[in-house]
Amino acid sequence: MRCTRPLATLIAATSLLAVAAPAGALKIELPPESTSLRAGAGSDLAVRQCVTCHSADYVAIQPPGKPLAFWKAEVEKMKKVYGAPIPDDQIDPIAQYLTREYGDGK
Amino acid sequence: MDRPAASAHARTRRHLLRALGASVALGSPAFRAAAETVKLPFGNGERPLVQYPQKRPLIVVTARPPQLETPFDVFNESVVTPNDAFFVRYHLAGIPTSIDADSYRIAVKGKVSTPLSLSLADLKQMEAVEYYAVNQCSGNSRGFFEPRVAGGQLANGAMGNAKWRGVTLKSVLAKAGVQQGARQVKFDGLDTPVMPTTPDFVKALDVDHALDGEVMLAYAMNDADLPMLNGYPVRLIVPGWYGTYWVKHLTEITVLDGVLNDFWMATAYRIPDNTCACVPPGTAPATTVPIGRFDVRSFVTSVRDGGTVPAGKPFALRGLAFDGGFGIRDVAVSADGGKTWTSAALGSELGKYSFREWQMTATLPAGTHDIKVRAVNSIGQSQPGEPLWNPAGYMRNVVETTRVRAV
Repeated sequence: MRCTRPLATLIAATSLLAVAAPAGALKIELPPESTSLRAGAGSDLAVRQCVTCHSADYVAIQPPGKPLAFWKAEVEKMKKVYGAPIPDDQIDPIAQYLTREYGDGK
Repeated sequence: MDRPAASAHARTRRHLLRALGASVALGSPAFRAAAETVKLPFGNGERPLVQYPQKRPLIVVTARPPQLETPFDVFNESVVTPNDAFFVRYHLAGIPTSIDADSYRIAVKGKVSTPLSLSLADLKQMEAVEYYAVNQCSGNSRGFFEPRVAGGQLANGAMGNAKWRGVTLKSVLAKAGVQQGARQVKFDGLDTPVMPTTPDFVKALDVDHALDGEVMLAYAMNDADLPMLNGYPVRLIVPGWYGTYWVKHLTEITVLDGVLNDFWMATAYRIPDNTCACVPPGTAPATTVPIGRFDVRSFVTSVRDGGTVPAGKPFALRGLAFDGGFGIRDVAVSADGGKTWTSAALGSELGKYSFREWQMTATLPAGTHDIKVRAVNSIGQSQPGEPLWNPAGYMRNVVETTRVRAV
């Protein structure tokens, strides 16, 4: 292994890192997210309520062409079982936004 | 598929730095823009390929929390899935990105005589066990369900086979002394919900299962540390059972005198309470039970759906099969859409929980052919000719069809 120069560089670099992390720690840095919710009526609500807990691709990958009932069930599931603090009067507007942008559009 | 040297290099670098008593940030210099995409074979199946720390470029299902699918070509490279290609699935976005192995502890508590706090060094001083086992998402292949269902839209790559090394849960519980009246053992790891109102990801096994001498606390995967995203430094291995039980970054083992009724056991990861785990498409089951063992699956890996093979001369056809731990007895292949079947030669057995390779020589006339593969395990379980359906999109195991063109 050719390590003279790189090793010196690594030692210098790690002495800085070691301040922040304990010895022997494994540390990773996740890649940045690459998707965001589509703009459209209601997207402000969706951005506020949905992407706090998960990335926008959770929405974007869902099966295409699903109706309002599908999306409303998802929003209600997020509130009821995953504890998302979505006010009741925002469930319909968010479901309608999701149906328009990611569902059957009706 | 090319295999970038980045992750191997990163591992080497980490070990070097460990030797120096230092910590290291993995991944930051090596982000790959999502220039590459793949199209999974169902509607809305476009996905970016992104390289995550300690991983080669994988199919991004979701970014936060990370859910990464293994490109299917990987399964033709080796019967053992490389660590840098192994799928990733988290439920909650509060995932650990920095773990100090020296101060990491696993608490053993609840209905035990002697509560324990075990370090990694403690585990490594105990008798080690090692075996190959497949891990598979309950929702592997969900994207193929018809009608489509909500959830992670996966093709067939949320599975992998690795050699796990660690200590049995039985030996850990023996150290602590399980008390009379114990019914279940629950497992918690370092991942946490973003909102305090979201149920933490905690799973449980019945005490008899926990004490079966096979369930393992694994600290090594294919002779290396587990990648962070696969549960570093210790994850639970529940061979033959779906990945939902394989708790990552395991920190708490609690013996219960009752049955865990949290969201992740009582509401999520439940299947119809019948032998096929299925209901008529579009309907809801009357009663459900927690998901358990894998069903039987088999795949062609040497040629992709829509691929080409040579016409009029013999060519090698290869693939893999696995089940919930009874062992694969036979793999039959049909090149005429299911009219006639021929048993394939099985590869060496790496254990009853492992992928089992199969191979055969086929000769096909010019034209289009539907190649089907169907496995049977040692207790006679097999695969349905038509897909079964359930509302959560779990346990797909239809006989796969690979359409090829002989030219």
